[in-house]
Amino acid sequence: MWAEVALILVKLAIGLAVLLTTVPIMVWVERRASALMQDRLGPNRVGPYGLLQPVVDAVKLITKENLIPGNVNRFLYLLAPVVALAVALSTFIAVPVGHDSGLTLFGYPIQGFIVAPHLNIGILYIFAIASLGVYATVLAGWSSNNKYSLYGGIRASAQTISYELAMTISVVGVLMTAGSLDLGTVVTSQTGTWLSVLPRWNVVPQLLGAITFMVAAFAETNRLPFDLPEAEAELVAGYMTEYSSMKYAAFFMGEYVHMTVSAALITVLFFGGWTLPWVDVGFTGWGGAIASIAIFSAKVAFFLFFFVWVRWTLPRFRFDQLMALGWKVMVPLSVLNFLWVGAAMAAGIL
Amino acid sequence: MVTPLFLAAAVVAVMFSIFAISLRNPVYNVLSLVVVFFAMAAIFALLGMDFLAAIQIIVYSGAILVLFLFVIMLLNIRRGDRLGSGRRLQALLGALTAIGLGTLLVWAASRLAPTGGASLPGAVETGTVVPIGRALLTTHLFAFELITLLLVAAIVGAVYLARRESQ
Amino acid sequence: MNVIPISHNAVLALSGVLFAIGTLGVLLRRNGIAIFLSVEIMLNSANLAFVAFAASFAADPTHATAALAGQLFVFFVIGVAAAEAAVGLALFIALYRLRESIDVDRVNIMRW
Repeated sequence: MWAEVALILVKLAIGLAVLLTTVPIMVWVERRASALMQDRLGPNRVGPYGLLQPVVDAVKLITKENLIPGNVNRFLYLLAPVVALAVALSTFIAVPVGHDSGLTLFGYPIQGFIVAPHLNIGILYIFAIASLGVYATVLAGWSSNNKYSLYGGIRASAQTISYELAMTISVVGVLMTAGSLDLGTVVTSQTGTWLSVLPRWNVVPQLLGAITFMVAAFAETNRLPFDLPEAEAELVAGYMTEYSSMKYAAFFMGEYVHMTVSAALITVLFFGGWTLPWVDVGFTGWGGAIASIAIFSAKVAFFLFFFVWVRWTLPRFRFDQLMALGWKVMVPLSVLNFLWVGAAMAAGIL
Repeated sequence: MVTPLFLAAAVVAVMFSIFAISLRNPVYNVLSLVVVFFAMAAIFALLGMDFLAAIQIIVYSGAILVLFLFVIMLLNIRRGDRLGSGRRLQALLGALTAIGLGTLLVWAASRLAPTGGASLPGAVETGTVVPIGRALLTTHLFAFELITLLLVAAIVGAVYLARRESQ
Repeated sequence: MNVIPISHNAVLALSGVLFAIGTLGVLLRRNGIAIFLSVEIMLNSANLAFVAFAASFAADPTHATAALAGQLFVFFVIGVAAAEAAVGLALFIALYRLRESIDVDRVNIMRW
């Protein structure tokens, strides 16, 4: 039993290290990619191609003055960034990163490159923990004792709970074809071909569900085009206005970690996780495991770049347009998707 | 055989529910209750009811208490009253009733035949998603449809009751 | 999946204690929102009792349907609690607009 606990702790440590390293990489990608898209250069002085820019940014954030405004509710003000980061980091334990194929480490079975193997409520756990992220925005907005923060906080939480619904319903189709909520089973159900011509990745038969989920993931992570709660021109910095130095860094890191987990979820649910499109390569042994992790990482990296790409391409939604889109367009479309999947399964197509 | 995990969850639940009824700031009450529901979801998971644990967190912590928080912020309720600051006789009788009821329930629980321990051979897992989903849509279909109606009625009722009268 | 064996009597005792704490909150507080939260604690303690019994039935293969029924009842209680919370809070909002106060001791006359 202690061996299992030690294995879980090792996997947890590696997962956390990888997730937290993605944050500075994403900072660099965001700044360089946005610069190149806007026909300028971006940071190129600090290291080769500006690669040390995130390091310098981190040093700046750590050494900034840690200011707590006078009239805030101190306990809630300090709790909000903790909740934001903790919730974002807790969701990754149910995401499968690679194929395990019965590998053992010093005689103990690894049970897959996932911290919580065979969790039979896999995706439901992720939704449960992600739904606690609302508290971070609401408490940050309310405790800051500032009406712009309050507006930002209320808008952010209303946006989060509205799009949570569309996100959950759009996943139901995937769960029906996979037959289980366990994400490892969802990945393995996407091997091979559909109608013997197309890859079996869930994006192909359930395109509507994939699009709905991706849009909802943008809204959940407060990324453009849905980032009105933290828009600079409208609300100063929204619910994060009164936060400085490391507390702001915690929100910032929480947002990037949430983005990484969303990209990983999009990959696992709709784009085959660690599988290749048409073929069913039997990933065996350590070589196969490393190959599957590499394939997964490449897909997640593409989706992270997609998040950045969309951010610097589309304009921002106004808040009433955002809510109308969430309730009047996303929810009916996701329901349509799962009706289509049900009909297709009954007819034997899927 | 009570394990340390269950004891920890139980202590957390009792402590934070006492906070939830006694702290004066209503936002602190709601947040204490979030912790209580989390502890109860942990106890559900320890008893093997995974699906219920997830549903408890999604619905109770993630939706109902957020609704409470929104209403508190909307009505700008600053400080509540102290526990037992109403009419003295009512407070005394209420405290006696509650403590008496609690003692009775704990005594009754201890009088039941002790259970727990390994499950008997042949026991199927009933806490996972598949058996619950199947039962919900076959044996308990009528109750499921009724609760759908109830939730629709609640949505319409809540929106109607909280609307502003247009002048 | 390993079910950690827990004495179900302990779970029932915890449910009783939480129910008592909830009752204390309902009877002793004047703030309407706090009373509502105490009612939620009581509903949850009832859920815990249902789950304790469902778990003890689940360990016995001849009572599988009772175990499922216990869990589904908890599911329905959670749904009903959600509906009740929504309508109750809407009532509080309407009440606040009328009386400018959530204190239940001020809402004790039928006419105004």
